[in-house]
Amino acid sequence: MVDRNPWLNIFSHAVLIIGVAIVAFPLYLAFVASTHTADAIVQSPMPLLPGMHMWENYKEALLGSGKLGSNTNVVHMMWVSFVVAMIITVGKIAISLLSAFAIVYFRFPFKMFCFWAIFLTLMLPVEVRILPTYKVVADLGLLNSYAGLSLPLIASATATFLFRQFFLTVPDELVEAARIDGAGAMRFFKDILVPLSKTSIAALFVIQFIYGWNQYLWPLLMTTSEDMYPVVIGIKRMLAGGEAAVDWNIVMATAIVAMLPPTAVVMLMQKWFVKGLVDTEK
Amino acid sequence: MEDAFGLSTEWVGLDNFRNLLSDGTYLVSFQRTALFSVLVAGIGIAVSLVLAIFADRIIRFAMVYKTLLIVPYAVAPVIAGVLWVFMFSPSIGVVTHYLGKLGYDWNHLMNDNQAMALVVIASVWKQISYNFLFFLAGLQSIPKALIEAASIDGAGPWRRFWNIQLPLLSPTTFFLLVINIVYAFFDTFGIIDAATQGGPGQSTSILVYKVYQDGFKALDLGGSAAQSVILMCIVVVLTVIQFRYVEKKVQY
Repeated sequence: MVDRNPWLNIFSHAVLIIGVAIVAFPLYLAFVASTHTADAIVQSPMPLLPGMHMWENYKEALLGSGKLGSNTNVVHMMWVSFVVAMIITVGKIAISLLSAFAIVYFRFPFKMFCFWAIFLTLMLPVEVRILPTYKVVADLGLLNSYAGLSLPLIASATATFLFRQFFLTVPDELVEAARIDGAGAMRFFKDILVPLSKTSIAALFVIQFIYGWNQYLWPLLMTTSEDMYPVVIGIKRMLAGGEAAVDWNIVMATAIVAMLPPTAVVMLMQKWFVKGLVDTEK
Repeated sequence: MEDAFGLSTEWVGLDNFRNLLSDGTYLVSFQRTALFSVLVAGIGIAVSLVLAIFADRIIRFAMVYKTLLIVPYAVAPVIAGVLWVFMFSPSIGVVTHYLGKLGYDWNHLMNDNQAMALVVIASVWKQISYNFLFFLAGLQSIPKALIEAASIDGAGPWRRFWNIQLPLLSPTTFFLLVINIVYAFFDTFGIIDAATQGGPGQSTSILVYKVYQDGFKALDLGGSAAQSVILMCIVVVLTVIQFRYVEKKVQY
């Protein structure tokens, strides 16, 4: 920085600490709640320091099933969430790589039309097209299946757009060199384009994994059988009993467990994620 | 329009739209959505701009602050809603308890405005990390030479922020404005469903929530589909604005 003003620096730290405290407080409180007995939480005000019941609560949350109002345990729900998030992530990246490849490197009739069709249709969030999508999936008999959970969410305009922008910056000389060396289209794609776009793929992986993991509305409509609930739905279901009947300690323990995978992904891949996030949208 | 068992379907032309537009609750929901998205976008952008400005200044612990601030991005909207309801719950919430001690009665199950405030706060909380990252990236791409020149000319920190950094951030701000409005319109479904379920009455039932309520709870499929079409038009308009921006960039 240009000038060194110690007071201003202290002030900056103070503002940031307050900001972080406010942002982190709900998470901290959830953690605290997950370490107490249900009775301790219902007392007003609830304790603000972690209690002694952490292991019981997490064990109950992960493996117990009696209290949750559903017959499946959280471990299973986490598994469903994980599978769906992975299918969506991998599928999205594969599809958008290929479609961006087609749009940038091939000339075919109605190319511009395809380009715009992709954007106009796919920019629409699932929330907007729930009814028609539901109808299609139901008619295909995909309700309560992994395919039904992930397929409608798998196409992505933003990812396609990102890869398109990136492919446009790849110099033509590379294409020519590859052709002279006798590489076909797919060979070029596999050996040159994909390795070049590694960073973007890593960033998209983070973004899409979180997107897939946190899906709520679609699974809510789609799944009627309990063994296909993702964990996010599971948490919501635990609250169905009304405030007094809810075991907040178990709910919060589950919430913490459900937050861990996406948080871990974001933190571990922070560098690529931030770079990718900022590049993607611009 | 379908009958109750879905046995016969009748072609009604634009009747669904006509019903919708003459339906008072729909128009109210429209206003609610507008208010909601303006609040979410405005507060979210302001708060994260302040945080980003200060985070840009300091060097020590910057990484720690940054890491902590991006965590909400990873939290699912529903979980965010649950966390905030837990804090503000009328009977057991911690914040409610201390507000009560200060003489302020909080009950979002009864009070429209408090319910709205709750979903706005939860939505802003969830979106802060995103805005923060963009502002930080924007601030760091401003050439240091500009700032140095200004301070040689005698501009203090406040002046430098107001006359140099803020104008140079205007493209980022505009972009975030669009993104935040889209977010408030569509991605807040989970928060609302977990926090207030559109209530009390219809006071936090924004458009997306109403599509779901009318279509899947009240089974008015035609009306719900008509609402979807209207929402779709809004998304297309917002997308077009966003893409024009991508091509041109906002100049100041």
